[in-house]
Amino acid sequence: MEFRRKDLLGIADLEPEEIQVILDTAASFKEISTRPIKKVPTLRGKTVVTMFYEPSTRTRMSFEIAAKRLSADTLNLTVSASSAVKGETLADTAHNLEAMAPDVLIIRHAASGAPHYLAQRLKCGVINAGDGLHEHPTQALLDLLTVKEAKGTLSGLKVAIIGDIAHSRVARSDIHAFTKMGSQVTVAGPATMLPPYLETLGATVTTSLLEAVRGADVIMMLRLQLERMGQMFLSTLREYSQFFGLAPKHLQLAKDDVIIMHPGPLNRGVEISPEVADGPHSLILEQVTNGVAVRMAVLYFLIGGEKG
Amino acid sequence: MSLLIKGGLVVDPSRHLEDPLDLLVERGKIVALEPPGQIPDAGRRVISAPGLVVAPGLVDMHVHLREPGEEYKETICTGTRAAVKGGFTAVAAMPNTKPVNDTAAVTRLILDQAKTAGNARVYPVGAISVGSRGQALSEYGDLRVAGAVALSDDGRPVSNAMLMRRALEYARTFDLPVIAHCEDLDLSAEGAMHEGVVSLQLGLKGIPAAAEEVMVYRDLTLASLTGARLHIAHVSTGGSVAIIRLAKAMGLPVTAETAPHYFSLTEEAVLGYNTHAKVNPPLRTEMDVKAIKEGLRDGTLDAIACDHAPHSSLEKEVEFAAAAFGLIGLETSLGLTLKLVHTGELSLIQAIEALSTNPARILGVAGGTLAVGAPADITVINLNREWTVDVNTFASKSRNCPFDGWTLKGKAVMTIVGGRVVWEED
Repeated sequence: MEFRRKDLLGIADLEPEEIQVILDTAASFKEISTRPIKKVPTLRGKTVVTMFYEPSTRTRMSFEIAAKRLSADTLNLTVSASSAVKGETLADTAHNLEAMAPDVLIIRHAASGAPHYLAQRLKCGVINAGDGLHEHPTQALLDLLTVKEAKGTLSGLKVAIIGDIAHSRVARSDIHAFTKMGSQVTVAGPATMLPPYLETLGATVTTSLLEAVRGADVIMMLRLQLERMGQMFLSTLREYSQFFGLAPKHLQLAKDDVIIMHPGPLNRGVEISPEVADGPHSLILEQVTNGVAVRMAVLYFLIGGEKG
Repeated sequence: MSLLIKGGLVVDPSRHLEDPLDLLVERGKIVALEPPGQIPDAGRRVISAPGLVVAPGLVDMHVHLREPGEEYKETICTGTRAAVKGGFTAVAAMPNTKPVNDTAAVTRLILDQAKTAGNARVYPVGAISVGSRGQALSEYGDLRVAGAVALSDDGRPVSNAMLMRRALEYARTFDLPVIAHCEDLDLSAEGAMHEGVVSLQLGLKGIPAAAEEVMVYRDLTLASLTGARLHIAHVSTGGSVAIIRLAKAMGLPVTAETAPHYFSLTEEAVLGYNTHAKVNPPLRTEMDVKAIKEGLRDGTLDAIACDHAPHSSLEKEVEFAAAAFGLIGLETSLGLTLKLVHTGELSLIQAIEALSTNPARILGVAGGTLAVGAPADITVINLNREWTVDVNTFASKSRNCPFDGWTLKGKAVMTIVGGRVVWEED
């Protein structure tokens, strides 16, 4: 099985074999980042454009580093500097960029489906770097790689995803990703943050953090978006951290070798205590390292090799 | 000139009539209905209708013609052209134009433009509140005198329950029905589609069925309090059907409509972020579709109205969350309704009743009948004609139709308004 697609829009449409081949390739690319000269000529002469309509540090840098390590030329369009503020539509912006012949567009946008909208209209490849509440596929792939490295397998694991599931594109992509690879996913949070019909995605749903972490191999904490405080999703941060924040005592309920993950950025003391975030079970920084490797693999499959 | 429609099957729900009859039109009125062959041809235009259905002109009680103010989407001329092409001899025009139709002046402008266009009849609907802002009552007496036939703030619900109570009372004063757009804006806030399995998959904010149902319940309660004539617009959920059924059983003077898309499509039409399937209220589930059909069958839902809502590519060729709500339906409404007849879910007479007799009765306007003496508003239908929906052939200015490419069976082949043939198929 190979990965032969024009675009990477979401995990939901991928086959497990496609995910596997990306993970294998990412694992082999990881070594490049440990060399004294961290660069290979694989994507020399290719142009990678990032379009970020929402703030991001980690994801945009990670894509850019990934592209540069493969020798692609990169160009970053940030919204405040672009035509979006002058009223240009997304389609017009994209068509104009495409007229300059990039090989792939990487887009983050507040509207769910914005990458699909572009993919339907453009000949170049499109990578979804996070769309609205929908998906964040490269985040899920780097999460899979991190767990695979730590556990040696993805099948039969118990994965707990905890926090604001309703507003999390990471949660949706992770539920699809871990379920497809044979793990059992349990999601937990206050019912205000659990959208109806979650079980149709193949996850077990609970309002109890304790139930979710019991026997878990992997605990993934989601960032609480503090701007939601005024929208009746929770009462106080104090109460949230008391019932849905991960503290050292919870780890005793999980498997002895449980790993703790978080897509970042952290609200220390809200959804995760500093002791856990910095403790021996935490792989949070390893996730960041793997992000570069996974994005190198995705770029390679979309625009590298004989296909390009 | 007189017109003789000969050899067709006359279907007139106003008199429970479904018989082969010849129909004679003179000076804009129906003057005779006789057994086949009894009215002589001499000196008349004869329309040969064997195998065709002769029905009272179809009436769509819920359309948006966009004029004045948004003529780039539709005009009264293009919208009524789409109407007659789809078999409609009359439409009720919702007031959410720019400016809003909250005064006699705007009502008269709409009627003037409709007269100039000379296609379907247009019945203006006046606004419940000034500017449809939900704060102060508009001038119902003046609106009525100018020609408005009903009141609605369609597109925007009346959120203030006290204003809705007063609107119902004041409307009763002038014997105007109030058409309610039922939506709790706090519950639907920021929603782009039905809250369910598909909204979860697509990461789109949802509009729960409850956002409609709590308002249906509120407005029925207020109708009971005030004794006013309440009509519930665009019913989309099984819960609403159940509540309305109960209210009718209790004897409330309430009527209700649904739209063809609510019995033809589900939330799955949105998959792929299809903005032509973005409509408010949103497309619901298979269970709701079943309940809507049952509501039409047992008469809980009185009328089928398409909520024709034209939008240009500026509003639809954008990200899903940014796209406008609404789809066009005047040219597909009859074909989609006849699907229910072909599957046996509705009888032909029920379908014509929901598309003609009932909406005319609810609005208190002429039409909906082929009785001798009535205006000659007539739609001739070929029930078995198969055709493919092609938005590029639409008379409407807009193309936002989720049924493009569908094959439908049944179509209007001639539309007659006041004895004048305003549209006929080549």
